[in-house]
Amino acid sequence: MSKLLEVTGLTTRFRTERGAVMAVDDVSFDVDAGETLAIVGESGSGKSVTALSLMRLIPNPPGEITAGTVMFEGRDLLKLSDAEMQAVRGDRIAMIFQEPMTSLNPSLTVGLQVGEPVQLHRGATWKAALEKAGELLMRVRIPDAKARVDAYPHQFSGGMRQRAMIAMALACQPKLIIADEPTTALDVTVQSQILSLLKELTRETGAALILITHDLGVVARYADRVSVMYAGRVVETGTARDIYKRPQHPYTRGLMACVPRLDGALGSRLVPIEGQPPDLSRLPPGCAFAPRCVDVTDKCLLSRPVLEDVGGGHHKACFVPANAAAGVPAHA
Amino acid sequence: MRAYVIRRLLALIPTLFFASVIVFVTVRMIPGDIIDMMIAQNDISANAASRTQLEAALGLDQPMHIQYVRWIGKILFQGDFGSSLWQEQSVIEEILSRLPTTFQLGFMALCVALVVAVPVGVWSAIRQDTWGDYVGRSFSILMLAVPSFWLGTIVMVFPAIWWGWSPEVRFISFWQDPVGNMLQLAIPAVILGTSLSAITMRMTRTMMLEVLRQDYVRTAWAKGMNERTVVVRHALRNALIPVVTLIGLQAPILIGGTVIMEQIFVIPGMGLMLLEAVSRRDYPIITGVFLIVGVAVVLINLLVDLSYGLLDPKVRYR
Repeated sequence: MSKLLEVTGLTTRFRTERGAVMAVDDVSFDVDAGETLAIVGESGSGKSVTALSLMRLIPNPPGEITAGTVMFEGRDLLKLSDAEMQAVRGDRIAMIFQEPMTSLNPSLTVGLQVGEPVQLHRGATWKAALEKAGELLMRVRIPDAKARVDAYPHQFSGGMRQRAMIAMALACQPKLIIADEPTTALDVTVQSQILSLLKELTRETGAALILITHDLGVVARYADRVSVMYAGRVVETGTARDIYKRPQHPYTRGLMACVPRLDGALGSRLVPIEGQPPDLSRLPPGCAFAPRCVDVTDKCLLSRPVLEDVGGGHHKACFVPANAAAGVPAHA
Repeated sequence: MRAYVIRRLLALIPTLFFASVIVFVTVRMIPGDIIDMMIAQNDISANAASRTQLEAALGLDQPMHIQYVRWIGKILFQGDFGSSLWQEQSVIEEILSRLPTTFQLGFMALCVALVVAVPVGVWSAIRQDTWGDYVGRSFSILMLAVPSFWLGTIVMVFPAIWWGWSPEVRFISFWQDPVGNMLQLAIPAVILGTSLSAITMRMTRTMMLEVLRQDYVRTAWAKGMNERTVVVRHALRNALIPVVTLIGLQAPILIGGTVIMEQIFVIPGMGLMLLEAVSRRDYPIITGVFLIVGVAVVLINLLVDLSYGLLDPKVRYR
């Protein structure tokens, strides 16, 4: 059976004052129905641009998808007309954004915004759409949901707004939900509630989830598979278990070393990755991570590694064999 | 909300008090005394005795503060704005008979301004840096640069030279012939409206560009809406809030514009009355018109503030 979503060679370029920048460079991944894929990386690694590229929401100009295919339910989304793509957005694929405070329209009621996709894609009357909105708000456990249909976003807390965004995403029972750092702007206590809710509801509806995050703790708890991005490229991909137990790429190992662990040895320090994320307009000819890599070799500086299978669907883009690496030890 | 309106109306009192003092004093400081003009016009042999007689008859012999108290007292307690110093006609009756025409011209100009500014501004924003945007922006710069009195004069003069046609100068009352009246006012309204639309259009464009960058507009796109729905339902309303403020601020410019248009197109509104009164130093008419204009400007701005409540749900009047 073919995958729900198959992204191949996706490349998104931004024109900037300092020349063209490949924000997403030859990125490939796939998602099965009902599966949760986490895309992990630092700010500027291209993970959000990847998400927006799937939805074709890259502002053009300055951005442009220059290559690749995004096969979804047997169609290449990049080849659809604007009208066809509009029929996919919000109906088959829904998106949840990072900033719940600004992602809802301040001058329209929450109910209208949550029910809007039903009215738009299902041709429902506004009355029916608002009724549906009440049900959806109840489903995301907003207290007193029926009465809150007529409330405005400023009367909601951040957590409640993100719940409303989730309700909006679920409105048409999409096959795929893309959540772009859905909890980054929220209080720590609310974060896990929101993610658990999201996970639970996607399980109920059978929707697949692409979870974009920089939080490896989130990955371990919620993802089935993980793609790690660095400087616009996927550098490692595998099951969440493999990535967590046997990280192959020095960057992934570096990220792991930054995460506090309950089972870590007492007194062990968190090790930050030295250096800064690279300037995408001045990438080195070799591996983009080489300047910061503890295992760097001459070969890394000259040519760019591509993803290779290291067994069991686990891929990495690195020349240095994991067992030969001297760098940060993996948590095993 | 009601308490808010009452409070705003009470705030009218100090505003109008200061405005009335300023107007009352300044008109009396305009060079050229009304007594001199009357004497010159009526060819009375000007001796000191007839001067004082005339001054006393018109009540202008009193100190200015006494004159002011008399004038304002009559307005407050009897609703009497006095009479013209030249013709004995009641100022308030004259104003009320002319006010609807001025109001109509101003309202038509405002409609023209909005009908031009909002669609052009929105179009310029959603098609930023295309030829349509350039045309829209060039038009607005042009209208900013061209004074409406010049445009009005051109429209009066050149059609007459080229085609022997000129706008009707005999005023057609709305009650006699509504269509003819609207057509007559259409030319000055369009001239005034387009010149007002320039700033409004630029404001609409700027705000629209700003709003289109907002996260909630991206959310709207992500829901699968087409461009029209995104723009009309999700962007326009938020973009219009500052535009509404601007319209309120433009109210005095609009009223000033109608004065000029009434003069050029010979429309018997308040503006024409004011200009005639100023040239004849008819103090009660000048001060009366200014007082009414002051009330109008404050009320327009109150309406603008109240309309925020319709556009922005965060605004609650207390």
